[in-house]
Amino acid sequence: MSMAKGNPDTLTADGCKTEGALPASATRNACKLCTPLGAAMVFKGIRGCLPFLHGSQGCATYIRRYMISHFREPVDIASSSFSEDDAIFGGARNFAQGVDNVIRQYEPELIGVATTCLSETIGDNMLGMIKEYQDKHNGDGPPLVHVSTPAYTGTHSDGYYSAIRELVKAFVKPTRITQPRMVNILPAMMSCADLRHLREICAMYEMDATILPDYSSTLEGSSWDCYHKISPGGTSIEDVAEMGSAAASIEIGHTQAGDKNSAASWLEREHGVRRDALGWPLGIRLSDQFFAAMAAISDRPMPEQLADERGRLVDAYVDAHKYVSGKRAAIFGEPDMVVALAAFMSEIGVRPVICATGAKVKKWKELLASEIEGGTADIEILSDSDHAKLAAAARELKPDIILGSSKGYPLARELKIPLVRIGFPIHDRIGAQRMLSVGYRGTMELFDRVANALLEGKQDFSETGYSYL
Amino acid sequence: MNSVNTPSSIRVLDDRTAQVWEKGSGKEFVCDKKSAAGSVTQRACAFCGSRVVLYPIADALHIVHGPIGCAVYNWDIRGSLSSGSQLNRNSFSTDLAEKEVIFGGEKKLKASLIELINFYKPKAAFVYSTCIVGLIGDDVEAVCKQVTKETGIQCIQVDSPGFKGTKKSGYQAACEAAYKLVGTGDTSNISKYSINLLGEFNIAGEAWMIRQYFEKIGIEVVSTITGDGRVDDLRRCHGAKLNLVQCSGSMTHLSKLLKDDYDIPMERVSFFGFEDTARAIYTAAEHFGDPELMRRAEELVREEISKYAPKLKQYKKRLKGKKAALYVGGAFKAFSLVLALRALGMKTVLAGTQTGSAEDYEQLKEICDPGTVIVDDSNPLELAKFVLEKDVDLFIGGVKERPIAFKLGVAFCDHNHERKIPLAGFEGMVHFAEEVANSACSPIWQFAPRRQAKALRLPEAEATTPLAREEGGAA
Ligand code: SF4
Ligand code: SF4
Repeated sequence: MSMAKGNPDTLTADGCKTEGALPASATRNACKLCTPLGAAMVFKGIRGCLPFLHGSQGCATYIRRYMISHFREPVDIASSSFSEDDAIFGGARNFAQGVDNVIRQYEPELIGVATTCLSETIGDNMLGMIKEYQDKHNGDGPPLVHVSTPAYTGTHSDGYYSAIRELVKAFVKPTRITQPRMVNILPAMMSCADLRHLREICAMYEMDATILPDYSSTLEGSSWDCYHKISPGGTSIEDVAEMGSAAASIEIGHTQAGDKNSAASWLEREHGVRRDALGWPLGIRLSDQFFAAMAAISDRPMPEQLADERGRLVDAYVDAHKYVSGKRAAIFGEPDMVVALAAFMSEIGVRPVICATGAKVKKWKELLASEIEGGTADIEILSDSDHAKLAAAARELKPDIILGSSKGYPLARELKIPLVRIGFPIHDRIGAQRMLSVGYRGTMELFDRVANALLEGKQDFSETGYSYL
Repeated sequence: MNSVNTPSSIRVLDDRTAQVWEKGSGKEFVCDKKSAAGSVTQRACAFCGSRVVLYPIADALHIVHGPIGCAVYNWDIRGSLSSGSQLNRNSFSTDLAEKEVIFGGEKKLKASLIELINFYKPKAAFVYSTCIVGLIGDDVEAVCKQVTKETGIQCIQVDSPGFKGTKKSGYQAACEAAYKLVGTGDTSNISKYSINLLGEFNIAGEAWMIRQYFEKIGIEVVSTITGDGRVDDLRRCHGAKLNLVQCSGSMTHLSKLLKDDYDIPMERVSFFGFEDTARAIYTAAEHFGDPELMRRAEELVREEISKYAPKLKQYKKRLKGKKAALYVGGAFKAFSLVLALRALGMKTVLAGTQTGSAEDYEQLKEICDPGTVIVDDSNPLELAKFVLEKDVDLFIGGVKERPIAFKLGVAFCDHNHERKIPLAGFEGMVHFAEEVANSACSPIWQFAPRRQAKALRLPEAEATTPLAREEGGAA
């Protein structure tokens, strides 16, 4: 082809020169997604649940598209399809009709209703509308659970945690019984493999776990021999109902720790279920904390298999420490994932020189400082960041590696450094669902990915290449 | 029961029965309706329509006024290539916060525009208004005027709140916005044999291939408006003598404006498949009525076809008799696909679009074989129903349709804007055949449970594993 094609190598990640005062008002390449996406993801982890967004259809379609590209699985999300009139006069009619249609077509066990910016702003009374709908049908039909998710007040992580909270509030039944062999796990936005591993770990401690949400098979299922209107799998409402009788809840994510309104806090307050608020079990130290909590709850020592895995992980660290030690990383993504990754990097001798999240996180600096050894003075800590800010910091600090979603690819390409893909969304690789990062085993896989990415980068850019370490 | 063993247990919503039609049924067919609430339509919103049409104008600034989601879900998701500026591949947004939703976002928009313009020095700026902005009533037009005055860079409002309708109303808004640039550039040195290409998005460099065809035979391409587009080209595109419109849905309105105001005739064309590509080239050549031009056009077509036709043969052999379903954005693409599939010896058994017009569907009905199901504004359940009912071998669609096919063990070809393979022109037809064959003839399908059951000739119900029945069971 004779057409001149601009040489992308000479361009920065945002395709532009870098001098001049950086724009501050506009968001340039956001490092977050909107709240209803988080809620939809949780609803996809409930058995027989169909997510329903109350608002214009574009939001639902976009969110579907985004999730499908990441998980490569069917993601059906209904919408009340507002038109101009509904935006002005309210969406009650559309809501009722939409729910009717969803029930008729999908026969869901539950409808998860999340609002969008539009329906929040016009002030549609969701709870009233749900009640009215149910009254009209004498309570027949599947339950509807509602979560308020105006995107202008938070990010997809907020939507995610809110949806978990609303599910717990809506369905957990009062009980006096405590089932000592039952544990609630409230995970953060992890991969399907991570969720499966959490379940496996609980089994190793001989605990019966309710994981809420559990999209490990709804968003990574087997090939179908018949059509499923709603992907099989997920946490059942019956199991959610029993969560009040669990011995304890483990709530995963640093930002959840002090949250008095979190799902597990509510379970503790209302049902006396002990709450352990922990970080992602990623890296040895954070995993240790997780396993210690599991041991305490289950009254079982660490299973041999896990102890073995821990041993192998330490060995892996030793084998490869030279290739990672002293390196500098940029990390971005959901706040809780970033803190855990920073902890992991710092325990293998990689300095996380940039930690960025698109969410506005209270005490973001303190959260990171609690997990990074040696102070954070030399670390660029960006809350409420976009990719443009992240890129500007990276141009300055020149990290050796980037960890985050596939949205970091343009920057990695510009800086000619490797990107280790983790988090959401990963749109340019296969297998995001299957990537394991939690627990000793997950850490080992992630560690290998990091070490090999650094080696590969070195090989690729060396004059002659090398074939033996 | 939530798992479906017979296609008939998926019901088409009452509101939609007239949007599903089978050739030979004699039934009435309805389209151009807004999507039924709760129908899980594959359609996006008006904003999406305008954003995707204007996206390829690479040296313009595109800023989305609204909360973050609308902007971020659009960030560089399209395969439309630019030969220079990559500014369009960014996602700029005013990312409205609660207080702006309450007190208005005009100030933030103005500040954002001014600083982005100063920083990136774009040729022009497009400002998209989303649902919230339509609702809170920001005067985007006024802000655009002010900023244009202050910076000297033309700022253009794209009036496209999502709730205004389907993608189609967004296309209209995009055309109106693009048209604001037209008519301000110098046209004095434009050849008398010159064209604009409208609605060709330069996915994987397709516009570059097509442009070469015309340049080879002596026709100047003034602007490829929506593919590797440039602001300055748009400013002078009214100097072209003919408009070739490919994606009719998106660009018919702009070509109408150019017809009304500048008397530029338009021709609908397609560059998909040998037949359509040749016809498009001849259409342009014929229009100028120069026998030399026509001779060169014929020569080009002959050359290209002799180069690529033999390559097609091997694919044809492998694909003969297979059945295809297609669900695409616009109807014009559907026509071309039906013909191209036929050229490969395949049959289209299901054809649908998100936004076809009555006129489009008439044409689609005509070219389809009897028994073909035609659907308007369909949804995953319906599409699955017909995939099963017609037992298709191949599905052609976009990201949202892919899992429907894959879960059921059906091959898939991405014919949407995300793809990275050029499928247009003569060369593109070979890529298309290869893409289709690579999926449809892959050995992996033997392992797909549904296919396996069939191969063993088990009755469908028995083919359902107990596990699937148990897990899928709702009741
Ligand atoms: S429907 Fe409205 S709010 Fe939703 S994505 Fe489209 S423009 Fe944005
Ligand atoms: S309007 Fe709000 S909910 Fe809808 S896509 Fe935009 S940010 Fe997300």
